[in-house]
Amino acid sequence: MGQDKKTLTPELRAFIAEWKPKPGNLIMVLHRIQQTYGYMPREIILELADLLETPLAKIYGVITFYNFFKLKQPGRNLIQVCLGTACYLKGGDDIMKALEQELGVGVNTVTPDGEFSTEAVRCLGCCGLAPVIVINGEVFGKVTKAALPGILDKFRRK
Amino acid sequence: MSEKLTRERLDALRAQLTAANAKEAKDGKQYLLVCGGTACDSNGGMALYAALRKAAEYAGANVSIVRTGCMGFCERGPIVKVLPSDTFYVDVKPEDAAAIVNEHIVGGQVVTRLLYDKSQAEAGHEGRDIDFYAKQHRIVLRHCGLIDPEKIEDYIAHDGYVGLEKALFEMTPEGIIQEILDSGLRGRGGAGFPTGKKWQFSAAVEADQKYIVCNADEGDPGAYMDRSTLEGDPHAILEAMMIAGRATGATKGFIYIRAEYPLAIKRLQIAIDQARELGLLGCDDILGSGFTFDIELRFGAGAFVCGEETALLASIEGKRGQPTPRPPFPAVKGLWGKPTVINNVETLANVAIIIQKGAKWFSSIGTATSKGTKVFALTGKVKNSGLIEVPMGITLREIIFDIGGGIPNGRKFKAAQTGGPSGGMIPPEYLDMPIDYESLAKIGSIMGSGGLIVMDDTDCIVDVAKFYLEFTVDESCGKCMPCRIGGRALLNTLTRISEGNGEPEDIQKMRDICDAMNRASLCGLGQTASNPVQAMLRYFMDEVMTHITERRCPAGKCKKLVRYRINPDRCVGCTLCARVCPVGAIVGKVREKHAIDQQKCVKCGQCYNTCKLHAIEIA
Repeated sequence: MGQDKKTLTPELRAFIAEWKPKPGNLIMVLHRIQQTYGYMPREIILELADLLETPLAKIYGVITFYNFFKLKQPGRNLIQVCLGTACYLKGGDDIMKALEQELGVGVNTVTPDGEFSTEAVRCLGCCGLAPVIVINGEVFGKVTKAALPGILDKFRRK
Repeated sequence: MSEKLTRERLDALRAQLTAANAKEAKDGKQYLLVCGGTACDSNGGMALYAALRKAAEYAGANVSIVRTGCMGFCERGPIVKVLPSDTFYVDVKPEDAAAIVNEHIVGGQVVTRLLYDKSQAEAGHEGRDIDFYAKQHRIVLRHCGLIDPEKIEDYIAHDGYVGLEKALFEMTPEGIIQEILDSGLRGRGGAGFPTGKKWQFSAAVEADQKYIVCNADEGDPGAYMDRSTLEGDPHAILEAMMIAGRATGATKGFIYIRAEYPLAIKRLQIAIDQARELGLLGCDDILGSGFTFDIELRFGAGAFVCGEETALLASIEGKRGQPTPRPPFPAVKGLWGKPTVINNVETLANVAIIIQKGAKWFSSIGTATSKGTKVFALTGKVKNSGLIEVPMGITLREIIFDIGGGIPNGRKFKAAQTGGPSGGMIPPEYLDMPIDYESLAKIGSIMGSGGLIVMDDTDCIVDVAKFYLEFTVDESCGKCMPCRIGGRALLNTLTRISEGNGEPEDIQKMRDICDAMNRASLCGLGQTASNPVQAMLRYFMDEVMTHITERRCPAGKCKKLVRYRINPDRCVGCTLCARVCPVGAIVGKVREKHAIDQQKCVKCGQCYNTCKLHAIEIA
C-alpha cells in the first residue's frame, strides 16, 4: 500500500460535490481527506484544487497553517505523546525522549520499517491520567518509561 | 416520534417522562451511572459499561445502566455512581462489575473496597460527602454525570428546553437580553466580556442574516472543561444557541469544535439530529412559534490562535486562521460580513438555566462583579485532579487543598497557573484571595478558560515560563511583528537563562519585550503571551536570579544547571542508586556511603527519583 498512485475515492468525490456549494467548505473537505488517507497526498490535493476550483496555493496555505493536517504519511502505528501542561509537569517530555530512544528515530519521523511514528500533541484532555500517550487512538495513562517497551510490543507486527 | 413538536406536545412529553421516572423511583428502581468522559472511557470505562450490562442481565436485576458525561473525578476513574443511594465507587475495573451488581444492586450491600474513603462505609458513604464535591456548585455541569447525553428524552425530562420555551413564548428578544444583562453573566472564554452586551450589539444591527457561533476550540493545553460539557450535556449548548438566536435575530448557528475531540463531535451530531427530528431545530416553525434556527458543526484543525474571535471566523470561512484588527467587532461585522455573536461553550451552558430560573437566582451566586460559577480543570501536582465547578469568589486554597486534597508526595505548593499560556503563575501569598475576574487581573493572571495547573517545589518557574513560551511561539500565526518576533526573543532569553548563560541585563530586556508585546500585538494571543514571563519576573525574581548569578536551578529541573550529590548523613549504602544509574557514575560498596562521579554524570535524575531516603540532593 502507499506505492500505487492515489486518486479520489467515489465517496470523497460525492462528499466534495455535496460541500462545494457551501461557503467555508475547504477545511471540512480537508478533514475528510486526511481521515481517508491518514495524510494529505499531493495527487489528491491536485485533484481537489480542480474540483473545488480553488488555487493550489490557497489549499496548501491552509494545510500548512493548521497543526492537525499532515503532509507526510505517518507510520503504521501512530504514537501521540501528550505535551500539554499537566503531562509536561508530570514528565511527558521524558516519555518522549525515552520513546525516541526506544524507536531509534526522532519525533515526526517514521521508523525505517514503517511501523511507528511519533508526534507531540497538545493536551488530549485526560489530564487526570498524566502523562498520557495515545497509540492508534488507544489511550495509555500514567505511563512510565519502564512500561513503554511492553506497550510498544502490543502494536508490533507479530 | 417523527411528528414535529409543538409547545403543548413538548410539555406533555416532559410530563410523561418525569412521571415515568417518578414511578420507577417509587418502584425502587436503581440506577448505575457509569462515567463516559474521555478520561474514564480510555481507562477501561467502556469495557466496564459492557461488563455491568452483562452482569445486570445475568442477575436479572431491576437496574438501569446509564453512560453519562464526565463526573469530574478523573484522578480516580472509572467512576460508578449508584442512585438513589448516591454511592460513589472509584477506580472500578470491569472485573468489579459482578460485585457491584450482585452485592449492591441485588443484595443491598455496599461494596466497601470500591468506595473513595473506605472508612466512610460506616459513616454513610454518600457521594456528596466526598471532599472533592463538598465545595462544588454545579450549574454548568448540572447534567454531566446525571443524564445520558445521547438521549434527548433524558435532557427533556431534566428541564431540557424549558428555557427555550420561555424565551420563545413568554419573552421578547429585548427581554431575553435584559435578563442576561441582569444576571451578570460574563464570557467564560477568558476575557470576561458581559454576554448580554455582546448580544445587544448584534441585536442592534440591521442585517438580512445573522449568526451565532459557539467557540468550542478549546486550545489551552491542560484544560478540558468545554469538552466535558459538550460530551456530557450537548443539548444545553444547542438550546442556548437557539435562545441567543431568538434574542439577536440570528437564524443560523455554527459550533466550531476541535477535530481532536471525536467523542464530543459524535455526541453533538447525535444531539443535533435528535433535535431536528423532533422539530426543535432546523425547521421554520420551532414549537409552533414561527422562530427558525439551525446549527451546523465546523471542525478546527489545531490552531490555538483560532480561539481568538476573528481568527475563528476566518477558519470557519475555510481560510488560514489569522486574526483581523477590531473594530469592526464580529457582533457588527463577523462571519461573511454579517453580525455574529461568538460565545464560548461554558458561557452558553449557563444561558438556558438563567432564562429558566431568572437573573436574580443566578446573580445571587458569586461576587459583586463576577456572577455564577466557574469550571476549572484542576490538574498538575494535586492529589485529586479532575473537573470541578465552584462559585466565583472561592479561594485558591479551598480549590487546591479542600477540593484537590493538597499536594501529593508531601511536597510544598509553589504556584498555580490560571489561564494557561495567557495567564500568570500565582504565588502562595495569594492563596486566600477570592477568585474573580478583577482580582486575578490585578495580580497579573487572567481567569482564562479554566485551566488550573498546580505546581510544587520540584517545578522550576523558568522552565514553566519557557514551556508556555514554546507553546505560544509555536502557535503564533505570524501576522503581527510584536508577537512573532517578541515571543521568539523572549524564548531565546529564557533558554539562555535555563542553560546557565543568562546575564543580569536580560531582566530589563525581557521586561521591555513583554511591554511591547502586550501593547502592540494585534490579538489576544500576542497581548497575553508574555503574562507567564511577567508573573515570573514579578513573583519569582529570586529563582530567576539564582539561575543567572549562581548558575543554579533550585528545583533541579533545568538539566544543564543541575549537579546531583549524595548526602553522606543520609546514605545507608543500599546501592539502589548505583543500580539505576545508566552510565555507572555512582560508586560505592554495599552499606558504605556512595558518591557521584560528576565527570560521568549525565544528569538524568534517575538516582534522585529512586532514592527512598532522599539522600540524593540537588546542589
